[in-house]
Amino acid sequence: MVVEGLLYTKSHEWVRVEADIATIGVTDYAQQMLGEIVFVELPAIGKEFAQQDELAIVESTKAASDVYSPVAGKVIEVNSELESKPDLINQDCYNAGWICRLKITDTNSVENLMDSRQYQEYVGGL
Amino acid sequence: MPFISNTPQQQEQMLTEIGLTMDELFGDIPTELRAKALNLPLGLSEQDVRNRLTELAEKNATNLTCFLGGGFYDHFIPAAVHSIISRSEFYTAYTPYQPELSQGTLQAIYEYQSMICRLTEMEVANASLYDGGTALYEAMMMALRITGRNKVIIDDSVNPIYRVMIKSYTQNLRIELGQTCCQDGLANREQLLEIIDDKTAAVILQNPNFFGCIDDFSDIADVVHSKSGLLIISCHPISLGILKTPGAMGADIATGEGQSLGIPLSFGGPYLGLMASRKQYVRKMPGRIVGETVDRYGRKAYVLTLQAREQHIRRDKATSNICSNEALCALTALVYLSLLGQEGLRETAQLCADKASYAYKRLTAIPGVEPHFRGKWFFNEFVLDLPSEAADVIAKLIEKGFAAGFPLSRYYDGMENSILICVTEKRTKQEIGMLAEALESVL
Repeated sequence: MVVEGLLYTKSHEWVRVEADIATIGVTDYAQQMLGEIVFVELPAIGKEFAQQDELAIVESTKAASDVYSPVAGKVIEVNSELESKPDLINQDCYNAGWICRLKITDTNSVENLMDSRQYQEYVGGL
Repeated sequence: MPFISNTPQQQEQMLTEIGLTMDELFGDIPTELRAKALNLPLGLSEQDVRNRLTELAEKNATNLTCFLGGGFYDHFIPAAVHSIISRSEFYTAYTPYQPELSQGTLQAIYEYQSMICRLTEMEVANASLYDGGTALYEAMMMALRITGRNKVIIDDSVNPIYRVMIKSYTQNLRIELGQTCCQDGLANREQLLEIIDDKTAAVILQNPNFFGCIDDFSDIADVVHSKSGLLIISCHPISLGILKTPGAMGADIATGEGQSLGIPLSFGGPYLGLMASRKQYVRKMPGRIVGETVDRYGRKAYVLTLQAREQHIRRDKATSNICSNEALCALTALVYLSLLGQEGLRETAQLCADKASYAYKRLTAIPGVEPHFRGKWFFNEFVLDLPSEAADVIAKLIEKGFAAGFPLSRYYDGMENSILICVTEKRTKQEIGMLAEALESVL
């Protein structure tokens, strides 16, 4: 399942851009591949990330995977509900399962992301 | 069959296939670093090998009365320990790589972890590490991961062998190692307060410290925590039978050398690295961890848990490159502690402290022998100042049948005349008396 209006990365993160704020999560494809998610290591508020830096870690019963920052920005908010309910990512990865919000520091970094149609095609080819 | 089983013909064939000569294949390794001809003597018969090894083994001094400690201790080991761990089900098994198949091994490790938690009053323990030194190094790395900082402060009363190990492990890492100098046998509060800052990942202390002195680091824990750093305490497991635990002092990570828990003294080990931590840090903890669960019929079962932290899954981002444990040594510690029980451990610890106190009184009564730290509490070890160089006195006492102690000048400047003497529950009043007489006679 892919949601329209969001931007996507090849490493299966989604981004919702509203003004200079990017809300970030992992896609339905990613949560399906990972299986039951048991732990999420959230980034520290205030920390700055370049595009493709390791932003968070999502740990399932099978593996621990890095979440790469889809944009360059500074963390302004994290979804602390994931600390006690990491499986929100399995249940509702595009809404309740969001991971963090960044204030975008480099708007160019948004340019090279995929839209929902491109991501759909990309996943279809995997 | 030789160990490398491919023949010269096969090697030739492989080289032809990839289009290289042997020299070209190893071209990246500078010639001076490549293996020279080994020039080994011819093999010997089994009997010749036995004779040769016996001859070498006889060079070991095994009949000395031991007052030597410094992190490794001569405790009594009940015969049942060896008898139980020698069962082939335990003895032949390595760290479980097909873990869930080995429920007995996993149960033993789970019980070992539970005992280490109770002993240190910490919340989680791992399945063990190689020894006290590597455990302390791993604890330091864990603190760096947790805090995202790179400054570590270590007191010079932490076992110097561990400090050498840490230095050697970290020499190519970007870690700022600060050192404080203990003051009159206790952690130097003044100096610590000065250098603990908000870049400090961890403060590393030891209790009882290398000089045997007992401290309570609760106040230091508060200071480190106020700067969001961690306190790591290296401890002596037997002492925890009567002393305040790392958990009670507010430590974030506790480590220790587990040799005292039923493992015989031997140069080079194998020994046992103890590590326990607060639950909130379990995902940053290195090594294997066994957890208890239920199978599909609801029966109790054991699994290796939180494996996503480990090398075979997390690759270069694993918490540590240790993907093993000291399974047999951990089992030994478990069996030893089970046989002693809570009361037995407390009694053993009390006996060590009482006998050390007796030896301290007996030895400081000798003219010219002075305590190095006056009026300080100690557990099973204490430092004495002799009228002449400690190393010479120790050498003379070996002739008289005593391993009398550790010459502190080996690691500490200005302590040429200081000797670290250890007394465990194994030493008798008579042996202590004989040491006192021998010491007096060589001074």
